[in-house]
Amino acid sequence: MTEPVGLLEAPLESARPPRPPSPGRTPRFLWVAAAFVLVPVVAPLVVLAAKVVGAGGDAWSVAFSERTGRLLVQTIGLTAAVTTGALVIGTATAWLTVRSDLKGRRVWSVLVALPLVIPSYVLALVLLSAFGNDGVVTGALGFLGVDSLPSIAGSFGAWLALVITTYPFVHLIASAALRRIDPGLTDAARSLGASPLAAFRTAVLPQLRPALAAGGLLAALYTLSDFGAVSLMRFDAFTRAIYAQYQGRLDRTPAAVLAMILIALVLVILMIEQRSRGKGRAYTPRPSRTPTQVTMRPAMRGLATGFLGIVTLVGFVLPIVVLVGWLLRSDTVSLEWSAAFGSLWVSVAAAMLAMAAAIPVAVLVVRHRSRLSIAMDRAIHSVFALPHIAVALAMVFLAVNYLGPLYQGFAVLIITYVALFLPQASGAARGSLEQIDPSVEEASRGLGRSALATIGVVTVPLMSKGLAAGGALVFLTTMKELPATLLLRPTGFDTLAVDIWSAASEGLFGLAAAPALLLIVVSAVPMYLLVTRSYER
Amino acid sequence: MNAEVVISCAQLTKRFGEAVALDNFDLEVARGTILGLLGPSGSGKTTALRLIAGFDTPDGGSVSISGRQVVGPGVWVPPEQRRVGMVFQDYALFPHLDVAANVGFGIPDKELRGPRVSEILDMVGLGDLSHRMPHELSGGEQQRVALARALAPKPDVILLDEPFSNLDAPQRERVRREVRTILVEARATAIFVTHDQEEALSISDQVAIMRRGRVLQTASPDEVYHRPVDCWVARFLGEGETMPGVAAGATVETVIGTFKLAEPADGEVEVIIRPEAVRLIADPRGLSRVVEREFYGHDQLVTLELPDGRQLLSRTPTTPLFTPGDRVTVEVDEVLAFEAHEH
Repeated sequence: MTEPVGLLEAPLESARPPRPPSPGRTPRFLWVAAAFVLVPVVAPLVVLAAKVVGAGGDAWSVAFSERTGRLLVQTIGLTAAVTTGALVIGTATAWLTVRSDLKGRRVWSVLVALPLVIPSYVLALVLLSAFGNDGVVTGALGFLGVDSLPSIAGSFGAWLALVITTYPFVHLIASAALRRIDPGLTDAARSLGASPLAAFRTAVLPQLRPALAAGGLLAALYTLSDFGAVSLMRFDAFTRAIYAQYQGRLDRTPAAVLAMILIALVLVILMIEQRSRGKGRAYTPRPSRTPTQVTMRPAMRGLATGFLGIVTLVGFVLPIVVLVGWLLRSDTVSLEWSAAFGSLWVSVAAAMLAMAAAIPVAVLVVRHRSRLSIAMDRAIHSVFALPHIAVALAMVFLAVNYLGPLYQGFAVLIITYVALFLPQASGAARGSLEQIDPSVEEASRGLGRSALATIGVVTVPLMSKGLAAGGALVFLTTMKELPATLLLRPTGFDTLAVDIWSAASEGLFGLAAAPALLLIVVSAVPMYLLVTRSYER
Repeated sequence: MNAEVVISCAQLTKRFGEAVALDNFDLEVARGTILGLLGPSGSGKTTALRLIAGFDTPDGGSVSISGRQVVGPGVWVPPEQRRVGMVFQDYALFPHLDVAANVGFGIPDKELRGPRVSEILDMVGLGDLSHRMPHELSGGEQQRVALARALAPKPDVILLDEPFSNLDAPQRERVRREVRTILVEARATAIFVTHDQEEALSISDQVAIMRRGRVLQTASPDEVYHRPVDCWVARFLGEGETMPGVAAGATVETVIGTFKLAEPADGEVEVIIRPEAVRLIADPRGLSRVVEREFYGHDQLVTLELPDGRQLLSRTPTTPLFTPGDRVTVEVDEVLAFEAHEH
């Protein structure tokens, strides 16, 4: 739980345990609990797959239609473009704020991470408005004699919104890695005649590769999953098409087929990443020594400051200015309290349930490592990487076909959130459990407490910090969740995210201001803790 | 060992993948005995403790505690029902509980807990630290809390895993004595694992010597040192010069002389001469010469060169103090002899 990455949306390879755990006997209740956790995670996907297979020829004709081919090309193209953009910007911001001698680089480091608190659909909304006819940017450019801009909607808008949303992942992961890389390497390269850029390319970049791969993977997965930004930008990606099919047609086979293809796409990317990781040589973490900053020429320094400034301006200042502007312009504060309350309570419920579910998962994976427990962990993490809309659609099929009365009830909605976000809780719990010496638990057994009692009296209290951090993450991501909520919410139930979405899809941007700002403020709290903590280390 | 047997391990076997950690491990410990389980690292000592405590399951064999089988074919008693107290190498104190709560952890009865905790804390001399948190204690104090915690539920046996390895040298000897005193006072039966010969010999009533997952010899410290079962045990427990010899009953003949045997033997043997059995008499016309001397305060370790060029170690009092070049006459007390070509 010390890595900033752990608080983002990445499954983590955690630190090595103090000694290899020797499991002794795995108590049966752990498996029972794990089965309870695993069923809602896996069952919907099985139902989805069954639905697709059951559709037979219809499924084939959807899968091999020209439209599906176009969606595939568009989606892959957007993913590649966003990932590249995020890698370039994130690596640059990381290097400038960690290794350069730029003034105020710590402040910059926080500033450029700030877009993390803004959901992609809010960003899309803000960009649409700012570059629109009455927008802030258009207005500002008015002085230059420009009175209208071509619409940002479409591929460029989707790309921009998603790059801004995802480059902070790369920034944080690369920053953490850069802090661990021996600064002496750069010095050595420089003394051997390399320019700063050449030194970075030859001495630093190879060591940064695993971190960049991790950051790039996050950006790619995020882009494939994103529903809000591509929909508002009217860019035809898989997620948008799935929703359109789901909404517009009684026959849900096409939606199911598209969801299945999207899932396959994600699995392919995960496999590629796994392969490349096997080959790559990971850097060895070193004890930190006083980092030496790389001196830049004044001209470069000016350029670098300008770059960081623009990134911060577009990624954070602009959205806040636009949202606050809307808020001030509207006569009444248009916050739907029922939506805020709805967001709050389902998020708290999802967080609590995820924390409870994380306990058996973490204990099994850390203390009772076996093929079975590792497979379970993988399954949970895989679902985490899947696009929410695909999982939500699968849950719809499961609920409609097998859960009758529960369909469109809160239980299904909250269980879906847990299925989607469980790795955030279990990963954090696992991280803190790995820090606990297993002999502490053995001591409890030796002193007469059963396996179950030991988990209650020793294990859970000791990993409570990690559990709480994981719970906070689940809370946060649930607050921002959009597509699964749209598909599964009970009739008449609103969340802040749904509110923003409805306002935006009807073009009533002003109505989205208050819920969007509230969402940003709520997200900012854990993000603040995360950033300050990464500096304490 | 006529006394009641508390711990009995029979043919315990445990493999970790390819590696065999325990190979037909047999051990019996009588009530009230402090047994030192001594062996080089990797000999399976800690594995044996963990199997007795129930933190691991054996691949074969059985363990009985106070006459009740706790693991064996078709039998499995979970650790919490074995009445075994464990003191872990790193103490494993509950970091979220204070000293009193740590010590009281194993006493389910709330009425009894308070009095028992104060009684045991007084016994280990930590009565006034009961509200400290573990991280506020020194290493030695943590050690005593761990011991108190293990003793508090009055278990049938206390297991100590390398209990002194986390203490620095000056502390270690003192804590060692304290722990022995506490265990004796509590009339506890205890098994403690160590790879330190001096530690095992100095505080144990019985020592079990382990090698490659087996117990080679279980006896009193005096006996294992002076009557080791084989050459390996003899060399593991103390220094000594090894040379071939021919035994004839009570004596043995070697290239450097004929010596008295500790145990009668016959035929070709391997002879081990312990440094403390070699006495030196300063003698300008002596045939042997001092080549090196290490001074230890309480004694000195002298390396000799014998007339035939062989070297021999001698541990003698520091008066007279020898210096390299001194001529000496050598006298040897009893020596050890084992059948040749073992190990």
